[in-house]
Amino acid sequence: MTALLSIKTRRTKLGHDEKKESTLEDSRKVVHLRVYRKNPKQDKSSHFDKFEVPVQRWTTVLDALLHAKEYLDKSIAIRYSCRMASCGSCGMKINGIPRLACYTKISEIDGNIITCEPLPNFPVIRDLVGDFSDFFDHHGAMEPFIHNQNVDIIDKNRLTEFIQTPEDVENYLQFSYCIKCGLCYSACPSVGSDTRFPGPQALAQAYRYVADNRDDATQSRLNIVDNKHGIWRCHFAGSCSVVCPKGVDPALGIQLLRGHLVNFSKNDKKLAESRTRDLGKT
Amino acid sequence: MKSSNEDRIYSDGNRRENHEGLKAWLNPSRYGWERISYWLQRLTGVFLLIYFVGHVIETSSLVDGKDAWNAMLELTQTTWGHLFLILVIGTSTFHSANGIRLLFTETGRGLGKPGRPDYPYSPVSLNYRQKSGIWIALILAATAMLYGASILFAGE
Repeated sequence: MTALLSIKTRRTKLGHDEKKESTLEDSRKVVHLRVYRKNPKQDKSSHFDKFEVPVQRWTTVLDALLHAKEYLDKSIAIRYSCRMASCGSCGMKINGIPRLACYTKISEIDGNIITCEPLPNFPVIRDLVGDFSDFFDHHGAMEPFIHNQNVDIIDKNRLTEFIQTPEDVENYLQFSYCIKCGLCYSACPSVGSDTRFPGPQALAQAYRYVADNRDDATQSRLNIVDNKHGIWRCHFAGSCSVVCPKGVDPALGIQLLRGHLVNFSKNDKKLAESRTRDLGKT
Repeated sequence: MKSSNEDRIYSDGNRRENHEGLKAWLNPSRYGWERISYWLQRLTGVFLLIYFVGHVIETSSLVDGKDAWNAMLELTQTTWGHLFLILVIGTSTFHSANGIRLLFTETGRGLGKPGRPDYPYSPVSLNYRQKSGIWIALILAATAMLYGASILFAGE
């Protein structure tokens, strides 16, 4: 019944969107694309180039940018790959808000001026392409893999099954949907003023492994995030969760991780571990 | 963590390039009520810090005798002094009430539970309880300011 209700709700919402879009002319219209241009190797200053791009109601910002690149200016630098919000490559600031260009339809944006800028908090390599080195370094610092002293991952003859219930999986599943697009990192005000702060993505990934009952390195991960540039720099502005295109909700992960640090949330994991032990016995 | 990562970040002077810095928290307009609450919490925090410094200076005037203390008190009896005190009442009420909400969230309380994200995604951490908390803090601050104004300006 709940599933039916949620399907009905989703259909209603989709129907609403379709109705909104159908108010746009089906025939082609033209939008003005303002694209941030900067090539630090040649010139440290930046400027905006304007392009007139024909769009239809299903045209995404990435489509429009690729049209401009193909027919108007081949030197525009864009990073993209899957075109379906799976790879997280085409993150950029669109009309002031970090979004995925492939996941943002022109018809969703008010007005016909689309301003594309590189994601804030990422040094610009060129035009709309940012340097993700710090971002991935912070991610790597969280040791984003399962630690388990009881399992030999070298000797294949001694491989052991990890047993988990569906409830155990739901404790961390949503955080594992992160595509590392960097939108949360660029929306975070704490990252904006402290480059040593790991940012919402990395902290949510730390929680993803802390919440996973196959992992036994909770204490070492808590030690990694518990420092003066660490998790306490988060002030729960919630912007990371607002911009996340995959529903990961990094703000939730960070607050729950803080709950572990102040000893408020450990019982959940202990209960899950005891459930798994009981399952193993049966 | 304290690693090559940090060394690499600070060995290159351009790491801070394109970082928003103070602009990130001075502009609350783009991300909803939680960001506005974050902005207000910081502004009220900075204001109260300045007030406390002023308050210490004010009370320390007692050292210079009764006349100095009375002269300092007269400053708060003017219209501008009253308006300043009303602002102190509002900011301290908002900062305290919203701070209590944040104390709960920082221990993982009132946020909801992780689950399977389903399109259209709606973050459980930014739920109605959080939004209600922000509104309650704003309403309490406004009420306290009105009450303070009614007392302070009653004698005029």
